[in-house]
Amino acid sequence: MAMFDIFYEPFFQRAVMAGLGIALVAGPVGCFIVWRRMAYFGETLAHSGLFGVGLGLLLGFSLTLGAVATAVAVALMLMLMKRQRVLAMDTLLGILSHSALALGLVTVSLVVGAAGDHMDLLFGDILTVSSRDVMIVWAGGAAVLLVLAFLWRDLIAISVHEELAQAEGVNVQRVELGFILLIAVMTAISMKIVGLLLITALLVIPAAAARRLAATPERMAMIAAGMAALAVMSGLALSAYANAITGPAIVLSAAFLFVLTLAIPQSD
Amino acid sequence: MLKAVNAILSARDATLVVGGRSILDHVNIDVRPNEIVTIIGPNGAGKSTLVRCMLGLQPLTSGEIVRQKSLRIGYVPQRFPLLPNVPLDVRRLLSLTLKPTEDEIDEALAETGIPHLKEASVSRLSGGELQRALLARALLRNPQLLVLDEPVQAVDFMGEARMYELISAVRKRHGCGILMVSHDLHMVMAESDHVICLNGHVCCEGGPTKVQQDPEFAKLFGPSAARMIAAYTHHHDHDHESHDHHHHHDHKH
Repeated sequence: MAMFDIFYEPFFQRAVMAGLGIALVAGPVGCFIVWRRMAYFGETLAHSGLFGVGLGLLLGFSLTLGAVATAVAVALMLMLMKRQRVLAMDTLLGILSHSALALGLVTVSLVVGAAGDHMDLLFGDILTVSSRDVMIVWAGGAAVLLVLAFLWRDLIAISVHEELAQAEGVNVQRVELGFILLIAVMTAISMKIVGLLLITALLVIPAAAARRLAATPERMAMIAAGMAALAVMSGLALSAYANAITGPAIVLSAAFLFVLTLAIPQSD
Repeated sequence: MLKAVNAILSARDATLVVGGRSILDHVNIDVRPNEIVTIIGPNGAGKSTLVRCMLGLQPLTSGEIVRQKSLRIGYVPQRFPLLPNVPLDVRRLLSLTLKPTEDEIDEALAETGIPHLKEASVSRLSGGELQRALLARALLRNPQLLVLDEPVQAVDFMGEARMYELISAVRKRHGCGILMVSHDLHMVMAESDHVICLNGHVCCEGGPTKVQQDPEFAKLFGPSAARMIAAYTHHHDHDHESHDHHHHHDHKH
């Protein structure tokens, strides 16, 4: 097979389309995760998505819907628990994140059997996406970006200083709720691409790589989207030529890009 | 009662209990227009919490906060990350929740003495520069009341006096009231109209002269603080060539 033949294969073109769609959304959403120090929070939501997938498999409804629903439920629970002072937030997230993952794995194994293959749920299977999956990614991604644009100013004000923003009239709870819903939808649409275990990586790593290169929030979001897109393309290439598992190959490419940016002096 | 009618921002029996621990205990405060009200007290006295309650950032367990309708408040919080995660320049910092014109931004930065830092990245500012930027930000709201929580906390010793001079100048120029949390007893005594000693509850309050003679004040800050204030007042009065009374006061300690 000639070197670039694979780019003409429909399955590969679909993978590129889906991957780029996710990357464009993961960049800006990931910036807010980095700004708001919510990496672990995002991971907890992603892990809880697996339980929704398990329920979907068990009861026969849409897996995407299942993932969104459980992620939203867990997010709302976390928002309420933020007010308690018995446990530190990271401890709480540590408990919830892994319990949700375990619960999800048990539920899924009830359907596919303990020896069944969960790899595609955990690490994604971008090379098998259908045209319908690509549609879902782009439609969902467009919706996420639209809502994000609407919340943008308030979200940035809150990310810089939450109480200052609140004192100046920003409705913090409403904006926070909106953002959490975005992460939940983001989780559900990227499940098939990089898998539930690695979604946070695709959100956090490109944004972290962009931080050193950007002097404004908007530029950082754009650079992060570009970094994510580059990671998706190189991950796909790595997977095509070295026969590497695709989801982890994408994350690894992102990590490699991040390391490269460390050589560049900070711009602000 | 007349006082309460005039107040632009008041706490009435403000009480806050968190996890069974009393943080604020029936605190009453009135801030009237153009008045500098300063809250002093030891660490953990609930000073910042009281300010946050008065701004509506923290709900009370009981009591109420009464705020004049459409009161414009400029707030400078106690803690601001010196290295914010979000890449921002000073201009953007000033426009987070407002849309000021370039002229307004220039004017506010000139007033707080950092006109050259408009394009500077917030993460490159010193503690004092950041405080000035935050004060400029608060001034852009054209405030009737400035709320300053420990305005010199991240400022070095030499910068402190200049910061207080700036606050004093800003107040005179804008004719706004100031509600301030401060550790700096000199400034408190020199500039405040009303001082509130807080330690969960209001220990003592009144004009600066009255407060520093209150036995509760000495109990809260120790005799050395009381002496320091006395020495300051003594020095201060030298300038006005009438130090006899305070000289006497000095000897008592």
